[in-house]
Amino acid sequence: MNYWPLLGIAVVMIGFVLRFNAVLVVISAGIVTGLCALMPPVQLLSAIGESFLKTRSLPVILLLPLAIIGLLERHGLKQQAQRFIAGVKGATVGRLLSIYLLAREGSAALGLTSLGGHPQMVRPLVAPMAEALAERQHPGLSQQVRDKVKAMAAATDNIGLFFGEDIFVAFGAIVLMHTFLRESGIETDPMHIAFWGIPTAIAAFLIHAIRLRRLDHYLAAEQARLAQAAPQQTERN
Amino acid sequence: MLTLTHLYWLVGAIMALVAVLTFLDPQHPRRFRSGLFWLSYAAIFVIGDYLPTAVVGALVLVMALLAGLGGLAAGPYQALPDKLQLASLERLGKKLFIPALAIPGFTLLLVLVMGQLPALHWFDPKNLTLLSLGVACVLAFAIACYLTRESPRQGGLEAKRLLEAIGWAFLLPHLLATLGLLFNQAGVGQIIAALSHEYLQLDSRLAAVAAYALAMAGFTVIMGNAFAAFPVITAGLGIPLLIQQHDANPAVMAAIGMFCGYCGTLLTPMAANFNIVPVALLGLRDQHAVIKAQAPTALLLLAVNIVLLDQLAFL
Repeated sequence: MNYWPLLGIAVVMIGFVLRFNAVLVVISAGIVTGLCALMPPVQLLSAIGESFLKTRSLPVILLLPLAIIGLLERHGLKQQAQRFIAGVKGATVGRLLSIYLLAREGSAALGLTSLGGHPQMVRPLVAPMAEALAERQHPGLSQQVRDKVKAMAAATDNIGLFFGEDIFVAFGAIVLMHTFLRESGIETDPMHIAFWGIPTAIAAFLIHAIRLRRLDHYLAAEQARLAQAAPQQTERN
Repeated sequence: MLTLTHLYWLVGAIMALVAVLTFLDPQHPRRFRSGLFWLSYAAIFVIGDYLPTAVVGALVLVMALLAGLGGLAAGPYQALPDKLQLASLERLGKKLFIPALAIPGFTLLLVLVMGQLPALHWFDPKNLTLLSLGVACVLAFAIACYLTRESPRQGGLEAKRLLEAIGWAFLLPHLLATLGLLFNQAGVGQIIAALSHEYLQLDSRLAAVAAYALAMAGFTVIMGNAFAAFPVITAGLGIPLLIQQHDANPAVMAAIGMFCGYCGTLLTPMAANFNIVPVALLGLRDQHAVIKAQAPTALLLLAVNIVLLDQLAFL
């Protein structure tokens, strides 16, 4: 057996660890893999082209909402999102994101995976709201802490989507598992595969919701640290 | 009937518009290279099916070099002056949410209605969700233009601004998916399965369960995609070890095994559309900020999955 194609994986890992530009790393890995599998150059280009054409639906989801979100941002969508959330009493970053997690996971479990997403929900709505709440709860937070809150908004979208969609029977992953097992001579019921995903889905919600609560505590602690540091600085002056 | 081809034409048209707007902007710092990138991408979407695949491959190579070597940059953008934006904000208020929520709203409506009425043959049933998203975006765009009193050309400029903010990260998910298929053609999966079959002899049940769960997560980290890891690791470890040797319930093994893969997805820059693109979209300075935010959840959940698999698969 020719083990050399594994070099492609090595290229990816080394490239990411050394933090080279990811696009260059990936295209190099593709070329290395193809050459190691003894594909002639033209056939390799052909393979790249064919695979690229087959996966064209990926950028579609990312691209299409941009013009709409861009227009709305131009006219103050982020500011409006922040005004809106500022009017909600008792809202905190942790509570907002927990509700979003529940909504995202729940709707994904019903097969509605397109109800969230980074370009159409997180960037224009969820992240600005979370940032505004962090600012309201604890004024004067550093840019680093704000970035942390925004990253958590994106993370929450991912976690809700991943662990919700797999308990929807008609989802591609269930079909893939069912088909693969059948081809291997093992019969399963897609309903059962979906059903046995439920314990993990619940665990994912609980673990992440607890972490979101702790984010609120972390923000409060960070604020207290800032408040303590501030008077000392004035003394020095 | 609407098919994916029509959707690709729409996407290609938007990309071509971005290319033209870039070429027409004398102040753009990377006018020629950025324009060429978007023109190539547009060509692949619109006429890709009619080009020889080797030509498409060459175009992909050129695009990767343009994007990877800093050929994509943000051009000048005329933001709405603060006063006008404030006036617009006062005038529109909560109505600004309507087009944003119309995207998921119309998508949902179309999926439900067209799913119930397949006899109409309006939407290709195989790609119902994607096509519904496409039509929903067109409708939402019309509403957004109407509400904000902007021209479709301004919409193109906004798409260009956001694409420039995302930069090379826009190409990455597509390129990674391509790499995944290339790995398959080169037989990477079979090699891994053969290696693990040869070198992993696990007699204890818990060790076998942990090996399967960790291999699913680990191989997903490498491939960036749990779907790519599932057949390889399940053929290499899951079926021989868990099902044949220890008599595991295949449905439980598959369900929880796939979730172990998802824990891996949360940890890897290879899953660019989930972990790297949002970093660019939110303007975060740490390239791995989203992965760091996800890591504790992913690792805890992976441990929980091992326990669940051990407890539930052998009932």
